[in-house]
Amino acid sequence: MSVLVVAEHDNRSLKPATLNTIAAAAELGDVHVLVAGEGCRAVAEAAAGAASVAKVLLADAPAYGHPLAEALAPLVVGLASSYDALLAPATTTGKNLMPRVAALLDVAQLSDIAAVVGPDTFVRPIYAGNAMATVQSADAVKVITVRTTAFEAVAADGGSAAIEEVSAAEDPGISRFVGQELTQSERPELTSARVVISGGRGMQDGANFTLLEEVADKLGAAVGASRAAVDAGFVPNDYQVGQTGKVVAPELYIAVGISGAIQHLAGMKDSKVIVAINKDEEAPIFQVADYGLVEDLFKALPALSAELK
Amino acid sequence: MKVLVAVKRVIDYNVKIRVKADNTGVETANVKMSMNPFDEIAVEEGVRLREAGTAEELVAVSMGPAASQETIRTALAMGADRGILVQTDDDLQPLAVAKLLKALVEKEAPQMVIMGKQAIDDDSNQTGQMLAALLGWPQGTFASKLALGDGAAEVTREIDGGLETVSLTLPAVVTTDLRLNTPRYASLPNIMKAKKKPIDTMSPADLGVDVAPRLTTLKVEEPAQRQAGVRVADVAELVDKLKNEAKVI
Repeated sequence: MSVLVVAEHDNRSLKPATLNTIAAAAELGDVHVLVAGEGCRAVAEAAAGAASVAKVLLADAPAYGHPLAEALAPLVVGLASSYDALLAPATTTGKNLMPRVAALLDVAQLSDIAAVVGPDTFVRPIYAGNAMATVQSADAVKVITVRTTAFEAVAADGGSAAIEEVSAAEDPGISRFVGQELTQSERPELTSARVVISGGRGMQDGANFTLLEEVADKLGAAVGASRAAVDAGFVPNDYQVGQTGKVVAPELYIAVGISGAIQHLAGMKDSKVIVAINKDEEAPIFQVADYGLVEDLFKALPALSAELK
Repeated sequence: MKVLVAVKRVIDYNVKIRVKADNTGVETANVKMSMNPFDEIAVEEGVRLREAGTAEELVAVSMGPAASQETIRTALAMGADRGILVQTDDDLQPLAVAKLLKALVEKEAPQMVIMGKQAIDDDSNQTGQMLAALLGWPQGTFASKLALGDGAAEVTREIDGGLETVSLTLPAVVTTDLRLNTPRYASLPNIMKAKKKPIDTMSPADLGVDVAPRLTTLKVEEPAQRQAGVRVADVAELVDKLKNEAKVI
């Protein structure tokens, strides 16, 4: 069985999510990696050096300077006949592209797989991970996005795959990149952070999030929030961790002043280690926490910051 | 221009879902159902275009069992002009929904289709992209801002590292993310008025669409349960445990 992984990159470096996706692909068969971009040979070389990669396809063209689904989908569709499965990480780029590819191939798409059971059978979370569905695909080509936190990344080095250039597909010319505003933060991004610290309604005020930020800076953590904190206007919507916000699975998740509504638990309960700090010892968050501290957060956070110095 | 919004009836986001004892799915009997939260944002965006005069007509469509009428009524109460229900008790997967929507787009000829980026039941996040592919339209997924210009839409998208803005040639599909707007609550007079607005009902066969599922769900299980944790006495003990026991800091 041969599998094509669509690499995620910024034309300069290969994004780590690609390595997790290669790991999932390697469970299915021989892995080829498609690097589509503009001036992105360095990315192709990085992909060729990753473990488990048999071949790298490089499509270098101005139309791929930004990962627009309208331009990329025909390229991937054109390559699809040589593969049994097409995989991409379940990042915003992968989630934007792969359903478009699947529909053009008239096949279903499997979103966010968390395990490979067999060549046509996969486990994927539904209801924000509150249930796990085992699904079997009847289609000839499996088009898949991969929950990267569920697969251990392959080594970034040790491989020596050949790089083969492929020509660009015709650009339908119906979409155009205008600009981007990447969050300029010293802190890592919520969905890929190793440590996440989130505040809830117990924070009482947006200004109090500086207490969380102090701890976050010491841990190299991202800062999140519960829906209650977002709805109360403490922080912007993109902080939200939960069923209708971002789903995170860091090594360490620290929930501060969060009661643990279902909506929030759905977004963080796959974290490896969960810490809850809440003054209400009955708070449901303690039922999922590995370490629970019943204390007023306005005492606990400064103490935590001091302890971590 | 005419705008179509697609809405889905799902288990309310506040309900704690239960996996059926026979592992065939999730319990839906006697469970509160609501409009998918991302679709509420789509309806709100459509209503704002309608109020601004950019859209002359806003049509709310849904696919599913007869009870999906209620979801369409909610959209009508928020400000949509009329509804279309493609009624079926069959399991509809995203590709089938996209094909049904494509058939409706060909009938209704809207300039834009707006829908939630994903439904909170199956979490697929596919239908908008698939519809755009089938129509050969551009797609503005995970939109946090929408600005309409002459023959084009500028969509600001929520991407992993921040925001990206793209310009799409109309007609286009837009899928909504959380920051796009805050949906209104329907007022009682508007709820009453919505009861008089028309809803057309048709079947997948009327639209000539084969909705046979491509994916078979073999089983649905509870996720692995977390082991009960421990209480720590103070911050010092917490930090010690994280360093020496869990080894995560």
